[in-house]
Amino acid sequence: MDRRPKELKPTGLKLRIDWILCDGYSLCSPEAPDVIDLDEWGYPIIRPGPIAECELKDAKRAVGACPMSALSLVPLDFDKRS
Amino acid sequence: MTLGHDTRRLLAGPTLDGDPERYPAHIARLGALRAGAADRDIIGSLEASGLLGRGGAGFPVGRKWRALADRGGKSSAVVVANGAEGEPASHKDRILMAHRPHLVIDGAILAAEAIGADEIVFYVGREHEAALSAMKSAIAERKADLGRRAKLVQAPLGYVAGEATAVVNAINTGKGKPTTVPPRVSERGVGKKPTLVQNVESLAYAALIARYGDAWYRTAGRLGSKGTALVTVSGAVKDAGVWEIELGTPVGEVAEEAGATVARTRAVLLGGYFGTWANASDAWALPMDPATMKSAGLAFGCGLLWLLPTASCGVWATAQIMEYLADASAAQCGPCLFGLRAIADANTRLAAGRPTAGDLALIERLIPQTVGRGACHHPDGAVQLMASALHVFGEDFAHHARTGVCLVTSTPTGVR
Repeated sequence: MDRRPKELKPTGLKLRIDWILCDGYSLCSPEAPDVIDLDEWGYPIIRPGPIAECELKDAKRAVGACPMSALSLVPLDFDKRS
Repeated sequence: MTLGHDTRRLLAGPTLDGDPERYPAHIARLGALRAGAADRDIIGSLEASGLLGRGGAGFPVGRKWRALADRGGKSSAVVVANGAEGEPASHKDRILMAHRPHLVIDGAILAAEAIGADEIVFYVGREHEAALSAMKSAIAERKADLGRRAKLVQAPLGYVAGEATAVVNAINTGKGKPTTVPPRVSERGVGKKPTLVQNVESLAYAALIARYGDAWYRTAGRLGSKGTALVTVSGAVKDAGVWEIELGTPVGEVAEEAGATVARTRAVLLGGYFGTWANASDAWALPMDPATMKSAGLAFGCGLLWLLPTASCGVWATAQIMEYLADASAAQCGPCLFGLRAIADANTRLAAGRPTAGDLALIERLIPQTVGRGACHHPDGAVQLMASALHVFGEDFAHHARTGVCLVTSTPTGVR
């Protein structure tokens, strides 16, 4: 059983970028700096693994901040290729 | 060409310097496919054969067909025979289509029957002229089998045009660029129908396994490997070309058959531009087999064996490949477009004797940063090749970076 405090428990969700839509506006990272970093061209680098309960609010704000709608919260196995 | 005893299967029959095998010759040699696939449980046979996809990713062919055959609903499906061989150093798909087109067609028909597809698309690289004309004539010869369900589509130029989502995109819209997954092509592909995209060599083997069975397929193979495969041998060899080998045949044996020696070979590129470099002395005894190579951190990929001679510089050779791969980016995803360009530029500065401080560190930092950050696996494959170059040619890269001079050629440029 997962005995971690509720706020640290993973949500079963992750942040996912549609790389074709993403144009590197860099507006996501400031909303969720613990989860999203930026590379030297302004494109997001997502910390691997699920979002924790306590990070969910920031993650949702980051999703809302993307002008290209390239960022979304999805189940962990969402983009498995085969 | 043969190695030791004759293990040719796809390439059995007439020599490869002549015309494509016509349909009457094909059935005289191999017999016609039986009407209806029900005679043999083809999916079960493919699963039991252990045949892995030969487009590069090596996914089990039987499992791929099974997943499509078991799809829910009653929607019709599409089979795409993928003959877009964008890999510049590989020639096995175009040789196969140019000389044994009916094996590819047989395989596509079997796949269509097995998964319940009512449409077959033969997708052939527009630059593969001999293959295109052979496939075109062969499809016309098979009108009775194919009816109106088959069409030939010329693949756009480009390394990424053979990637599964790009294949579907090209057939649907004419643009040979990858698309975001999901949807997977097996769920929504050509004309929004579930689509099986299968490499032409894999289909051709299915055509033989349907005739002779999985046990027959597994009678070939060495050192515990089972089956046969097409490989392209090129680079520093006298007799470059396409060979059909038993899986498990050592790299060195294939290379020597093509006229190479380990003493004159610095390194080998295995699996394609998305593959890996290996030191010739380490790789010479390595069995060419997907599982063995994977466990050694190497790749069978599309079956490429490219040889770099001892007199050549690995930094320079890698720069050529990285320039190609950076240019081949579909330019849709930032980390691929900018990351591969930055890596290629740094590699080229190193190779050309004009390194700037931090070029090597930049490459080392961008390799892990780039992985997984694209709609397709183009950036992943490219940085895998780069990582293997740093591993195999580490001293060379360090010397270029420190002195601006090549260890091999003693000139600044890595080229004599």
